[in-house]
Order: sequence, then structure tokens, then C-alpha cells
Amino acid sequence: MSTETQKGTLFTPWNIVAGIILAAGVVVTIMRFTMGLGAVTNLSDNNPWGIWIGFDLLCGVALAAGGYTTSAACYIFGFKRFHGAVRPAILTAFLGYALVVFALNYDVGRPWRLPYPIFYQQGTTSILFEVGLCVFIYLTVLFLEYLPAALEWKRGFDKYRDILVKLTMGLTILGVILSTLHQSSLGALYLIAPSKLHPLWYTPYLPVMFFMSSMFAGMSMVIFEGTLSHKHFHHKMDDEYNLGYEDLQMAFSKAAAWIMAGYLAMKLLGLAMDNRWQFLGTGYGAWWLVEVVGFVALPCYAYAVAYRDRNLKLARFTALWTVLGIVLNRFNVSLVAFNWQLPSVDRYFPSAGEIIISLFVVTIGVIAFRFIVTRMPIFYVHPAYKDSSH
Amino acid sequence: MKRRHFLGLLGAAGVTLGSGATAKAASLGDVKGLPNAGGVLFDASRCIGCRKCEAACNQVNDLPKPAKAFDDLTVLDATRRTDAKTYTIVNKYVPDAGKPPVFRKIQCNHCMEPACASACFVAAFKKSETGAVVYDPDVCVGCRYCMVACPFNIPAYEYDKAFTPRVMKCTMCQPRLLEGKLPGCVEACPKEALVFGKRRELLNLAWDRIGGNPGRYVEHVYGEREMGGTSWLTIAPKPSFAALGMDENLGTTSAPELTSGALAAVPAVAGIWPVLLTGLYAISKRKEKIAESEKQAAVSAAIAKASADAEAKLSEELAKAEVANKRRIEVEVKKALEAAAKAGEEGEDA
Repeated sequence: MSTETQKGTLFTPWNIVAGIILAAGVVVTIMRFTMGLGAVTNLSDNNPWGIWIGFDLLCGVALAAGGYTTSAACYIFGFKRFHGAVRPAILTAFLGYALVVFALNYDVGRPWRLPYPIFYQQGTTSILFEVGLCVFIYLTVLFLEYLPAALEWKRGFDKYRDILVKLTMGLTILGVILSTLHQSSLGALYLIAPSKLHPLWYTPYLPVMFFMSSMFAGMSMVIFEGTLSHKHFHHKMDDEYNLGYEDLQMAFSKAAAWIMAGYLAMKLLGLAMDNRWQFLGTGYGAWWLVEVVGFVALPCYAYAVAYRDRNLKLARFTALWTVLGIVLNRFNVSLVAFNWQLPSVDRYFPSAGEIIISLFVVTIGVIAFRFIVTRMPIFYVHPAYKDSSH
Repeated sequence: MKRRHFLGLLGAAGVTLGSGATAKAASLGDVKGLPNAGGVLFDASRCIGCRKCEAACNQVNDLPKPAKAFDDLTVLDATRRTDAKTYTIVNKYVPDAGKPPVFRKIQCNHCMEPACASACFVAAFKKSETGAVVYDPDVCVGCRYCMVACPFNIPAYEYDKAFTPRVMKCTMCQPRLLEGKLPGCVEACPKEALVFGKRRELLNLAWDRIGGNPGRYVEHVYGEREMGGTSWLTIAPKPSFAALGMDENLGTTSAPELTSGALAAVPAVAGIWPVLLTGLYAISKRKEKIAESEKQAAVSAAIAKASADAEAKLSEELAKAEVANKRRIEVEVKKALEAAAKAGEEGEDA
């Protein structure tokens, strides 16, 4: 990935793979917008939502939660030593949300009408309306939070940059509120379909669970993304970032362990309150246990051990493990446990076209991230703003 | 500016969503009070699977011709569902092997409090006065959340259209109802398996049939209470509705009720979070301040102590130095005196 410094090595393995994905993505894009959804997806009347919702939207939003968790820890809870991690987390979140909205353009039938629910006719009884409104406002908030970095890169906008920096506190609180609302309402989307979602996953606590899991998802993403960045952009990082970085990984390991323990309790509470124990003996029960024990309880324990032993390697490994667990959970709710009573011939499995577009979106994200961090002050403080508080 | 600014924004959001909740409550009242809401009673024990209703539906709604003609009854051998080109279908079921089959007509049930309307974020679905749940393709974004939400798996989508895909479902022949005509399927049914009327009267009719034919029907009117009730009601011969592929575990909670709790949490979150977070911020800031002032106090105390120590040491040293100096001077004076005395003695000698 470090092609910036080496001349004439544009054809690195990563670049070639990225190029192939981009080319395939363009082809599928053209097909999608000339022939319709049916030509490139396996969606059907029984399965209106596939991986473009299950992965691009649900996972995308959950994994972009590092933005609000990190900025809240730094600015609201006063962990000033995490300051260096705020900009990378905000950038990741901003790109994440921007790509969620970008990917939505593929999924909805008439994307040019996406502003309708906000500006034309509001369906206020819909949970999806809440999701749309919050994501729209939060994307704006994240853009404003990211903007100072861009304004420091292209000099000469100090006046605007300073105004934005002054707004940091307000934007951070607004970000936490909006994240609470839409992270939880993504879970609440499924409350309307109790007959379609398997009883082990359907619970009135779905919104709370989506919110809680977004917190440790975001923290794990910050650890995971930080580890990757360290490998590839180390030369861009200054002492402030590097000093706070390991400390932050440890602190987030501890926080994630606690929140995951609470989430686990919530899962069991839901099971007990709705008296769903009998389902544990079924095939779906086994799968539920894989998710809850294998991808919540065990990584929760691993995080705690990593913190106790100051084991950075374990913390980083657990971060990836937890991220996979979140993806598994969102897939389970939206695809695996959804429509569980349908005969298997009517069940959904993503088409090649859908997978290509999802890869395409992730690839665009990585390229945009790389473009920005190699040019703008993300991992370091711009020399001209050394004394600034942002 | 910043705090007031975002509080104002949130207030606005809270009001919007709050007014949404009241609007919903009002509309619930309206639905319960829809005295003239029409509906259709389907009696599965009368249906002979002739597909005349399918043909009529296709004709009155100008739907595309199907691959197999409507009088081809082999179609019934496969289980089907409604799709974008078919608003209604009839399926064949054999609840008891060896006994004659039972047929069920499937179409939109026109819920009293429709899940699709509750789920739609542009309010493209509305429960109309006639009882029909109607759809407005001119605002539809094509998100298909209505399809996710519908407990009866009814709305279908035009997946093959690139620019103008619509959600398609039975309209209860709303345009015909407004003209005073019957829905196409009801008019076409040769066995009076379908009856159109006011929902309340249809419920009476349904229970009269169940009560008047002991042992024949399942003692339940499907749609009387399912998901808060539907305009389309079904009665069926024994043994069960499940034998006709109908979900008997839908419950009586309406779709809006399922999500109202989550929606009600919005103003609470928008109200409590800013207070709580600003409080936390204030606490952490105050902690910082206290820590800072404690640090400063400690530093100045240390400095004071250090300077006092240094001063004491200095004066001690000075005193010592003074003593030493005195002594040195004394010694020097003594030496000088002795030298002088010695010199005097030597002078005398000389």
C-alpha cells in the first residue's frame, strides 16, 4: 500500500486487486442503473432486503461508531490523552457514513428521491424515517468535524477552521445523541416484523442491543483500524498520536470488555424475559450460541485478559474478532434469522453482483482513507496549529 | 452559541417526532372510528379454485397477461404468492390426505392499522375511508421496508424496472369502490365465496356461518384481531388456518404499537442526553480544574518549601561563612599582630 514513496510501483498486488474490484464495480453499476435491481441482485418479493442493507448499511453504520465513541471519550469524558485518535476515528466514521449513503443509492429503487422523506413528505410513524433523518444530520455533523483537517491542508481558511474548532463540543454532543438514536433504531427496524424474525433474535430489546453493540463495535474498529494504519502510515504519525495510541488501545479494550459483559447480560435477560430457552436446543439455537458465546462472551473475556496483562497483541486480535462478531450479528438479524420460516427454496443468498458492489464500496472507502491520510493532518498535528486545542 | 444552537436543533427534532406520535394516535382513533370501512369476507369452504377472481383482477387492473391462461387449473399444483403482475392468486391445499382439497385466495388483507403504512418513511401508504390501503407511486422511494414489515408477505416489487419501479399490491379496487362498484374479484366469484360489505356486518355474517354450521368451520375469523385487525376476513373449514398456509401466531398487536415504544424513546433520548452529557462534561472539566489547581497549589507549596529551605540554608551558610570569615579575619589580625610584634622585636634587636 505504500506506493506513495516508491516511484513506478503502481502495479502492487493491492493496487491490482483494487483495480479489478473497481472495474467490476463499474460494470455492475451500469447494469444496476440501466436494467434494474432484478438484473444484478437475488432480491425477491419475499426477500426485499439483501446484503446491501445487511452489510453496507447495518454493518457500515455499526462499524463507523468509532467516531462518536472516541470523540465522546476525549471531549466529553475528558480523556485528553486520546486526542490523537480523534481525527482518524472521525475520518473513518465520516467515510463510513458517506459510503452507507452512497451504497443506499444502489439499493433503493429511485435513489433521486432519497431526500423525499426529509424534505417532501414525512412518514413520521416510520422507524426508517428516524434512521434517515438521523443519518442525514449525523453525516453533516461528521463532515463538519472532519472539515478542519481539510482546511488545514489547503491553507488560507483559518477563520472557518477556527469557527469549526469552537463548535467541537456542541458537535460532539449532537453526534452522541444522533448516534444513540439511529444506532438503536436500526435494531428497531425489525420490531415491526415479529412473525418474520426468529424468536431468539426478536426481542423488544433489539434497539438497546443495537446501541450497546455499536459502542464496542466502534471501539474495536478504532483498535483494528489503528493497528492497520500503524502498519501502513507509520511515517505520517507524530509523537502525540504514537504516545496516546497504545494507551487508547488498552483503555478501549477495558471499556469494550465491560460493555460486552453488559450486552451479554442483556442478551440473556431477553431470553429469560421472553422465555425463549426452549429454542436453544434447535439448530437456530446452536447458531445463536455460536454468535453469543463465540463472538461476544469469549472476546469479552479476551479483552479483559488483554487489559489485565497489558497484552497489546491480544487486544488487537480481539478487536478483529469482535468486528467479525458484529458483522455476524447484523447478518443474523437481517438475513439468517429473518424469514426463517420460509421454505429453503425461497431463502436469500447474495448474487455475485451484490457482493461485487459491497466490495466496491469498501474499496472506495480504503482508497479515500488512504488519499486523505497521506495528504491531510490526520495522524499528526499540523505544525501551524501546534498550540490549537482541536 | 454552540450549546444553544444544538439544543434548538434537537428541540426542533423532538417537536417533529413528537407531533408525529400525536398524529399517529389521532389516526388510530380515526381507523377505529371508520364506521363505513368496507371489507371482504372470504369463505374458504365455498371456494372451488376456478381462478375467475384472478382473471377478473387481471382485467380490471389492466395487468399483463400471464404465461398460462386463467382457465388452466394445473397452475394450482404449485404454491404461489402475489407478485408485481398479479394482485391475487388462489392456492390449493390438502389438509387431510384423501379428502377433497381446500382453496385459499391470497391478496392484500387491507389491515386496519397497516404495517406498510406504519413502516413507510414517505407516507406512500394510507388507510382510506373505504377500507382500502392505497399506495402512491409518485412519492415512493423504493426502499421496500413495507415489504419487510408486512406480516402477510403481500407487497411485491417491480425489480425489472430501472427507472420507475413500483410496489404492487391489491388495491381492493379502490377506483371501482369510489364509483360504487364491487371489487373485480368479488363480482366475478361464481360461488359467493367472496362477500363485500361493511366490516362490522361481515363479522356478524362470518360468525353466523360458523355458528350455523356446527363442526364445519374453525371457530375463528381470521383478520378479526390479527395484527390489530384486517378489512379482509377469512373463515375456513376445519382443521386449521395453518393447514391453508396461514400464520396463526401473528398476535393481536398492531404494527404501529410494535414500534411506538421505540419512537417514544426519541424525545426522551434527545432530551436526556444533552443534559447528561453536558453534566458529564462539566464534571470532567471540574475534575480537571481541581486537579490543575491542586497541582498548582502543590507546585507553589513545593516552590515555597524549596525556597524557604534554600533561604534557611543560605542564611545558615551565610552565618557559617560569617563565622568562618570572622575567624579568618581574627586569624589574619592575629597573624598580622604577631608579625608586627615580631617585626618590633627584631627592630629593637637591630
